[in-house]
Amino acid sequence: MKRQDIIRMTNQIADFHRPYPEDEAVASVAQHIRDFWDPRMRADLAAQLAEDEAGFSPLALAGARRVIGEDMARA
Amino acid sequence: MALLKETDFGTPAKQGAPVTLTIDGVEVTVPEGTSVMRAASEVDRPIPKLCATDSLDPWGSCRMCLVEIEGVKGTPASCTTPVRAGMVVTTQNDRLAKIRKGVMELYISDHPLDCLTCSANGDCELQDMAGAVGLRDVRYGMDNANHFEAESRKPVDTSNPYFQFDPAKCIVCSRCVRACEEVQGTFALTIDGRGFASMVSAGAEIDDFFSSECVSCGACVQACPTATLMEASVVEKGVPTRSVETTCAYCGVGCSFKAELQGDKVVRMVPQKSGGANEGHSCVKGRFAWGYATHKDRVTTPMVREAITDPWRAVSWDEAIGFAAERLKKIQAEHGQGAIGGITSSRCTNEEVYVVQKMIRAAFGNNNVDTCARVCHSPTGYGLKTTFGTSAGTQNFKSVEKADVILLIGANPTDGHPVFASRMKKRLREGAEIIVCDPRRIDLVKSPHIKASQHVQLRPGTNVAVMNALAHTIVTEGLVDEAFVAERCESADFERWRAFVAEDRNSPEALAERIGVAPETLRAAARLYATAGNGAIYYGLGVTEHSQGSTMVMAMANLAMATGNIGREGVGVNPLRGQNNVQGACDMGSFPHEFPGYRHVSDDATRALFENAWGRSLLSEPGLRIPNMLAAAIDGTYRGIFIQGEDIAQSDPNTVHVTAALAAMDCVVVQDLFLNETAGYAHVFLPGTSFLEKDGTFTNAERRINRVRPVMKEATGLSEWEAVSRLASAMGYDGMTYASAAEIMDEIAVLTPTFAGVSHARLDSGASLQWPVNDAAPDGTPTMHKNGFVRGKGRFMVTEYVATDERTNRHYPLILTTGRILSQYNVGAQTRRTENGRWHPEDILEIHPHDAEERGIGEGDMVSIGSRIGATALRATITDRVPQGVVYTTFHHPVSGANVITTEFSDWATNCPEYKVTAVQVTKSNQPSDWQERFHDVHERQFVVAAE
Repeated sequence: MKRQDIIRMTNQIADFHRPYPEDEAVASVAQHIRDFWDPRMRADLAAQLAEDEAGFSPLALAGARRVIGEDMARA
Repeated sequence: MALLKETDFGTPAKQGAPVTLTIDGVEVTVPEGTSVMRAASEVDRPIPKLCATDSLDPWGSCRMCLVEIEGVKGTPASCTTPVRAGMVVTTQNDRLAKIRKGVMELYISDHPLDCLTCSANGDCELQDMAGAVGLRDVRYGMDNANHFEAESRKPVDTSNPYFQFDPAKCIVCSRCVRACEEVQGTFALTIDGRGFASMVSAGAEIDDFFSSECVSCGACVQACPTATLMEASVVEKGVPTRSVETTCAYCGVGCSFKAELQGDKVVRMVPQKSGGANEGHSCVKGRFAWGYATHKDRVTTPMVREAITDPWRAVSWDEAIGFAAERLKKIQAEHGQGAIGGITSSRCTNEEVYVVQKMIRAAFGNNNVDTCARVCHSPTGYGLKTTFGTSAGTQNFKSVEKADVILLIGANPTDGHPVFASRMKKRLREGAEIIVCDPRRIDLVKSPHIKASQHVQLRPGTNVAVMNALAHTIVTEGLVDEAFVAERCESADFERWRAFVAEDRNSPEALAERIGVAPETLRAAARLYATAGNGAIYYGLGVTEHSQGSTMVMAMANLAMATGNIGREGVGVNPLRGQNNVQGACDMGSFPHEFPGYRHVSDDATRALFENAWGRSLLSEPGLRIPNMLAAAIDGTYRGIFIQGEDIAQSDPNTVHVTAALAAMDCVVVQDLFLNETAGYAHVFLPGTSFLEKDGTFTNAERRINRVRPVMKEATGLSEWEAVSRLASAMGYDGMTYASAAEIMDEIAVLTPTFAGVSHARLDSGASLQWPVNDAAPDGTPTMHKNGFVRGKGRFMVTEYVATDERTNRHYPLILTTGRILSQYNVGAQTRRTENGRWHPEDILEIHPHDAEERGIGEGDMVSIGSRIGATALRATITDRVPQGVVYTTFHHPVSGANVITTEFSDWATNCPEYKVTAVQVTKSNQPSDWQERFHDVHERQFVVAAE
């Protein structure tokens, strides 16, 4: 996937969950990505995070880090 | 009329306290308000009639249905006389027979006696009644002033392609006029003139039926008791001799029809009174636009080609399936198990969809299955499941009859769901109010006998802001149904939502400028919805096809819960589904993250259930959604796709991107009726079957599971589910050896709790079932969430408004929004191959007079419309139906390329494309766009078939 699409989609998910308390919001962003993103999309997300975190909103970044961290722990 | 008749009781059924009376010595008990005519019919004492039929209110004009009632003077009309307790009625005696014969004699004295050559011969109520009263001669002769002799006869109006109007045969019973008013709600017809000159007229004198406001729903033809209004197909072929009950394959209303046949040739489709979704009504598509099933463009032979630049080669089923399987297996061997997948179709039956998703999960070994609901109602599934616990609308269609106020958002039912729109309009004429939230002034804002109480003419893309403004009003003005919320909803979530919407920034005053609607209009709409009694929300793709589509669905659910408008008749949150089986395709496990019955693939117990039944290990990770498949194809990690009955090259956004993705794949398999635009990029074409050849079920927008029965043999020699099963076998999976579609449904019932009580046998026995059908609800569930939400307690979600990334600027100052028109259907593959094309031969761009004048655009001018993504050209019409700053078009014709300009922006939760908001510029033009010129090349190529 294109870099800008990954960032946009992650930020959009975060935008929805932003009104919630931070812990809950981070968990919800991570869970949404886990529930709906195919593993190769998550791999693209992981590659993007490893390369450059610019462009992600803080909540998007926190949620993305969590889901990618969980993926790495499972691997 | 219909040859193979359901009983016509003469007047509509009533609900009320039981009343007992005696008719011809027989005691009968009927609901209060029932007519004497209907009561008599129920005890098999049918009373002769001409102006009465049970789809219309009684009229009392023909004087054929007179009866005697003890203690009542004269001979009252039985159609307009309600029953009374203890009433004693006589329907037949010498006096009544003499009166009726005299009346009939007068009718026949002005009716041509050409019965043997009449198109209604054998199917004519006038003929039947003449026989019933024993008319043998006409004392007045046939030579007096009349409407049927050559010198007085008016020409037959054959302007409408589907039916004709022969004034010479009209008895002026007004059934057609009343049907147009009461059933359809269009008011296109009237009786022109007085006395002997009275004549049915389609509007002004210069109008014929085609040029009039008639919408060709067929209600007048259905109601006509003679050959005055008659289907052109019956005039041409004669009356049908047998019928098969089945279900329409157009929109999500899912109307029940009788296919009336001669042999296995369809003569006409007649809406079925007993159909729960339509109760005897129809629209121009379902009633008349079925000729595509036998159109010359149908491809009925499998075809293959090595490369998409090669001509097609017709082959056997075995060769085509073998070719597809080898290619798909080779891709997996070289690029991994996840390098292929497929798309199911909302046009296909539940059984056909089920086998495709099963093939992908079990034979392909991945979860890369998605469905066309991705681009329409996927946010409905997400939003309603999150808030209520299940991915479906809450009501049946009949529920609208008890609504007091309708909140209609982003839907245009008179065009998209016309049969339901007629029901809605009937309720509005009875006094219910309607609030329309739509950037366009659709017909339900103002049309004959309809006027919206509020038109929230919002800027495209501000739906969530509107909902928050309405919610703010409800919360801050004390309009919340506190008792309902306390009993039925999660309290912490509600309090969080209440605090959020109560913030000043969510007030109508704060949001008015962004929405483009006066705050008092927003407040009035909120108050009306919250206080008018039963408030019902109906919505369409104007809700879902936004970057906040899922948020919007949740916002509507919040509003319904806050006002207690859930869990009974007359209320609810109701998606108007675009295609006939969107609901069913989603139910059947077409989403990449869910098994049938909306259970996540990561749920171990559910996965074990399917693994045991299917004999294969299944993946616990979600697969790719359609936009993700296309992106992965461009990346090179996704290289093969099976596409069942969907034309993504026309229907999905950013056409250039879609076609580039298709062109990048090594194997594209298309299963369809026609060589559609997507087939231009295919290597294998598997011919599909029309709804007239299918055996299975569709599930409509009210969760009603309807039987689809074959009326003719498959033109292809193989059903679609058999072709899919054989492909699965060729891929190495033998778990799909079904003997019949009924057997597939049996498997669905075993594995899907909401379908537990469903079987073809049960549906064939006459049951009409709305899921869930299980031990708790053995006869189905017309109204959801009655005694509690499916998820337990309803969950309010905070719905922050987030503007879309798609913004207007000086280069692209207008917003394009897209939709459908009555006569055409989606990509037009079917309707363009019928006479419906006469009403809408091309897609037209609607532009406001001010915007047109600024650009020097005149009515009918060719214009170029360009976005950041692409450009196309089409003709413009100037209208204030659209507000300044907004342009609108349909996407029924591939050459228009409406999706060449739509973007890849999509809903945050589901990736449903944001079709409804595209920033564009419009300029006068005199030539096709570059894309349109390239389109012609591909379009030509896809139809080339190699010589034998």
